[in-house]
Amino acid sequence: MSRIQSIQLSLQKSIKDVRGQKLQAKIKDVLNIDCGIINCSKIYNFNIALEDDQLIDFGKSCLLDPVTDEMHFNQLALPDHCNSYLLVSFLPGVTDDEGFSVQMALNDFFGFDESNKKANGTQTIFSQSVFCFENSLSKSDLASIAHRILGNPLINHFAYYPNTTEKYIPYVPTVVLKTDNRVEKVNLELADKELLKLSKDKLLSLNLAEMQAIKEHFLSEETKSKRLEVGLDEMATDCELEILGQTWSEHCKHKEFNAIIHFTNKENGEKKTINSLFKTYIKGSTDRVQENLLAKDNDWLVKVFSDNAGIVKINDKEHFVWKVETHNSPSALDPYGGAITGILGNNRDPLGTGIGGAKLLFNTNVLCFGPPNYDKPLLGGQLHPKQILDGVRNGIEDGGNKSGVPTVNGSIIFDDRYSGKPLVYCGTGGILKAKYQGLPTDGKPIHNGDRIIMAGGRVGKDGIHGATFSSLEIDEHSPMSAVQIGSPITQKKMADFLIVACEIGLVKCSTDNGAGGLSSSVGELATISGGAIVELEKVPLKYSGLKPWEIFISESQERMTLVIESEKLEDLFDLAKIYEVELSDIGQFTDSGFLDIRYNETQVAFLNMEFLHEGDPQKIMEAEWELQEWPEVDASHIDDYNSILLQLLSSLNICSRENVIRQFDHEVKGKTILKPLMGSLGLAPQDAAVMRVNFNNYEGIAVSNGILPRYGDIDAYEMSAGAFDEAMRQIISVGGVLPNQQKNDGIFWSVNDNFCVPDSEYHPETNPDGKLKLAKLVQMCEALYDSSTYFDIPMTSGKDSMKNDFKAEGQKISVPPTILYSMTAKINDIRNVVSSDFKSNGDLIYQLGTTYDEMGASEFNALLGGIGNTVPKVRRENAKALYLKVMEANASRLIESSHDISDGGLAITLCESCFSANFGIDIELNVFKDIDLNAILFSESHSRFVVSIAPENKEAFENIFDSAAYYLGTVNEDGEMNFSYNGAEIVGLETGACLKAWRDGGAFF
Amino acid sequence: MVKALIITGFGINCEEEMAAAFSMAGAQIEILHLNEILLKGKSIHEYDILNFPGGFSFGDDISSGKVMANKIKYKKLSSGKTLLDEIILFLEAGKFVFGICNGFQILVKLGLLPNISGKFEQEVSLRNNDSHKFEDRWVNCIAENENQSPFLTEINTITLPVRHGEGKLIIKNEAIKNAILDQNLNCLTYSDDSGTATSEYPFNPNGSNLNCAGLTNPSRQVFGLMPHPEAFLSLYNHPNWGKIKRENPATDEQGAGLKFFKNIVDHISKQKSRNES
Repeated sequence: MSRIQSIQLSLQKSIKDVRGQKLQAKIKDVLNIDCGIINCSKIYNFNIALEDDQLIDFGKSCLLDPVTDEMHFNQLALPDHCNSYLLVSFLPGVTDDEGFSVQMALNDFFGFDESNKKANGTQTIFSQSVFCFENSLSKSDLASIAHRILGNPLINHFAYYPNTTEKYIPYVPTVVLKTDNRVEKVNLELADKELLKLSKDKLLSLNLAEMQAIKEHFLSEETKSKRLEVGLDEMATDCELEILGQTWSEHCKHKEFNAIIHFTNKENGEKKTINSLFKTYIKGSTDRVQENLLAKDNDWLVKVFSDNAGIVKINDKEHFVWKVETHNSPSALDPYGGAITGILGNNRDPLGTGIGGAKLLFNTNVLCFGPPNYDKPLLGGQLHPKQILDGVRNGIEDGGNKSGVPTVNGSIIFDDRYSGKPLVYCGTGGILKAKYQGLPTDGKPIHNGDRIIMAGGRVGKDGIHGATFSSLEIDEHSPMSAVQIGSPITQKKMADFLIVACEIGLVKCSTDNGAGGLSSSVGELATISGGAIVELEKVPLKYSGLKPWEIFISESQERMTLVIESEKLEDLFDLAKIYEVELSDIGQFTDSGFLDIRYNETQVAFLNMEFLHEGDPQKIMEAEWELQEWPEVDASHIDDYNSILLQLLSSLNICSRENVIRQFDHEVKGKTILKPLMGSLGLAPQDAAVMRVNFNNYEGIAVSNGILPRYGDIDAYEMSAGAFDEAMRQIISVGGVLPNQQKNDGIFWSVNDNFCVPDSEYHPETNPDGKLKLAKLVQMCEALYDSSTYFDIPMTSGKDSMKNDFKAEGQKISVPPTILYSMTAKINDIRNVVSSDFKSNGDLIYQLGTTYDEMGASEFNALLGGIGNTVPKVRRENAKALYLKVMEANASRLIESSHDISDGGLAITLCESCFSANFGIDIELNVFKDIDLNAILFSESHSRFVVSIAPENKEAFENIFDSAAYYLGTVNEDGEMNFSYNGAEIVGLETGACLKAWRDGGAFF
Repeated sequence: MVKALIITGFGINCEEEMAAAFSMAGAQIEILHLNEILLKGKSIHEYDILNFPGGFSFGDDISSGKVMANKIKYKKLSSGKTLLDEIILFLEAGKFVFGICNGFQILVKLGLLPNISGKFEQEVSLRNNDSHKFEDRWVNCIAENENQSPFLTEINTITLPVRHGEGKLIIKNEAIKNAILDQNLNCLTYSDDSGTATSEYPFNPNGSNLNCAGLTNPSRQVFGLMPHPEAFLSLYNHPNWGKIKRENPATDEQGAGLKFFKNIVDHISKQKSRNES
């Protein structure tokens, strides 16, 4: 190995070290360690032979900022007042974008040719961060700082120097692996016990029935004779088992959503059998909605469930593609890496839908965490919820901002039960041209002879067993190769390239390389042509030493698989040079009926396509429902509503998300019309986001989310129905209209359903309440079906994540069964959308929709420390009647502001609408009859809005709504909130005080 | 017709809205990947204005704009010259260079702004915000009246979004600072609601020296700013558009940010028609 050279960049003494100052405060706050002044600097280690004067010349020309930096060569320079320090680098094989950028700068500077080995591929320059502390810190303090704040031992290498006399040792994370290309053969003539052991030893996550099916297939005479033709015997290769494990994983195959479920309702004795939740409820509802739509000539559902994302029609020239995924397990292990690979991976779904090359329009994210002030002891491998929150937020920031995709909508939910595994939902909407060069873009045509091209990043050991891993619970021994870090710039280059390549007709179709890597992408595409041959030696590697099966199932990020006709290869490769995207021709599609994988002369796998995709035996599961009763919450003693209101405003699930929202670029692309925060102070929270589609017309897309996990403690059906209503009413609130109201009205709605549930497979010891959990899942699906078909609002894509349990030290932290509906709908003219904030002094305020005494699982009850039993119910008929009225009022532009009523009820909603411009309100609540005051103020009954109108529109407005509108009072500009009831003032607060409580509550973000 | 060239690639991500801005302002637009120039021999001299949009070129690695600036400065074209050499010729021909956000950072690191010495050496820098955070928020700016920048004609105050983590101007020394002030190069500054320049957060979102939001060079041909005028092409981009429209239903539906683009396109048009006549 050549001598390690290094360049250190630090700030000049006169320049304020902003990062150091923030870190000093954070370390004090989180760990109560006094570091004194912190100086941050960067080291770049060069594992490449350069003359010293070359190194100096390069550093001065390309790295040094002459205004702010100072530079040191081949030494570690510490500031005068440094008494201890630590260094953070990446572990071998972990993405180090900055090192790569320096490498690229080096190539440009010295004119190294791109074909030169130094110019691409293997990493030779590595970045390292140095943190110097004024105080002498012990090794254990340094380790706490490193692990809790600066990095993660799963991806980072830390070096601790408690004093400065200790000799500094440079660290370069080169990957050294013994080359071992051998293919291992596995004998399947095994007894059941040994089959299960094989599955466990190889991390295949396959159960006995599945292992038996594999055994039977390999030992059949037909298989044997076919295999003989290619020189294989009846033993399975390691690669074949890995492919089966990946293809049949819960993540890829959705075994529980396709299972036969025997359901018993213990309350009424009803029994039924469900043959696949997916087919019955999810696809089932969309099929029925499609029938209803087509009956009215509404033909905007273009492609559902069968591709990487759902496709609907915006207009004759453009489609909208929409996909929401989760990345929970990786985010529990490495929050930053988990979230950034989540959002980047989800971006590749719209990019690889149909032919591919959709332009990404926006991202969304919905996050469920443990509380930031979590004070229970952490279990082995469990990260503190605040650390998870910070890392995930940062991952989403970098993933979205650095890709130039605005993050426009989201939600953050806190509950103790998300302290083991957080839920990280990432959504992406994109615009796909309806045609490229005259050809429809929604198809995925593949024929015998088409080439398989891998585009984007190189392959390393990253994420091996990721797909099967997400089907397992996390424990102390989870493999570290499951953690990856995304590279937004690598992906941005690839996306820029793919969009152009698709538009000019070079790409026949494409797909994402996500979970399961090539095995998944090529394996699935090969079902279209009927087979494929892959030559694994042609796959470019980050470092040598990978086994053939590892190459095939590696989940190294930022890759896509392109299907290219041979005659277009040259043009495609030329284009890729401009975009600096690495392409490799790794094989071809066939119609042989086999997935045929080779490594040079060696046959690595030869799998019957039908067996691979259809041979997995259907799972059988048990579900059993019985009512759970909770103690009622006594709120009769409440009399200080000022105090209750302020406490609710600052509570975790209601307080301002401003500090998070501002760190996400929510307006890059210049098309965001309703942003997460609006108003003259830029503080008023909104319902749905609205994007415009083009600069030269006013068509738009509204996007919202509905998620109410705590309602599921009482009733999983109402939780799912309520979440559906929440997402829907947010779109109605901003001026959206229900679909299928008129013939050929062109108003698309496109919804993704994302289920995240705990292990719902009954086991007498390890999961005794598994049947109840599964019953809740069934009920969530039933509500999905009922809601979707009632409103003709279809699911177009979605995902389920089934084992959201964190296990360690004999304990289990399971998430509550959770469903997220991510909704989008077409807006005809974005100039007419309605924001949530009050607009003018003297405007009249109404509540639309009826309040019921439904305090169960409300934020109010949570504040009082209970749950209760009367969960809000969705009354679909009433809801629809009201939404049609709202649509009618909006068509006449009668509504000045509209905010849907959700967490915290009417009182919170009224406050939030004042936050735009320090408005106040004078409210009289006597309009509500026969209902408790607590419920009037804080009930979370569904399908309601707070709206304001101009006084001159009173008559027209009341004519439309009649008894569905409850007049509450007026907007004032004094910044005073006054609520009265039965002649007495019950709330008298300054808007400023409410705003302060609401913002202070969110100061921890 | 005015021809605007918009550079993209390597993580630039605001090229489409910048192109839309020039298009609305009446220019003919072309978006080119930087490598079309560096590798394929496309010439910038066919155009009247060269634009560097916002984004995250090379992910802000090393420091924002640095790696892109290195490419422009050191990567050899087939002619043996660098793109920076070509840009210098482009400016000598009286043409214009415009950078927004990451584009501004690139211009600063290339030494194109403020370029008091005329030697294209880096004289200022744009580094981490004092908050040490990326932030997306709308800010008020005031334009310097004495400044004769053709980009700023008739702009006195303007509200624009900022979206950056490295926007704090740091000036190399007092001499450069004085030259910036003497020559009115600090042409756009962050201000409070009353229109007074301020260092107070969040009005000044990053702690920028001289409250600087944008700089020009002494010849006024090069202009860069941290806020995003191309993200305010329509009234409906403004976070308070609902109230604005309520108070004045006849409000212009165009966004104020478009003015920068109209100004420069008009200026070049006039210049061109003068040259032709």
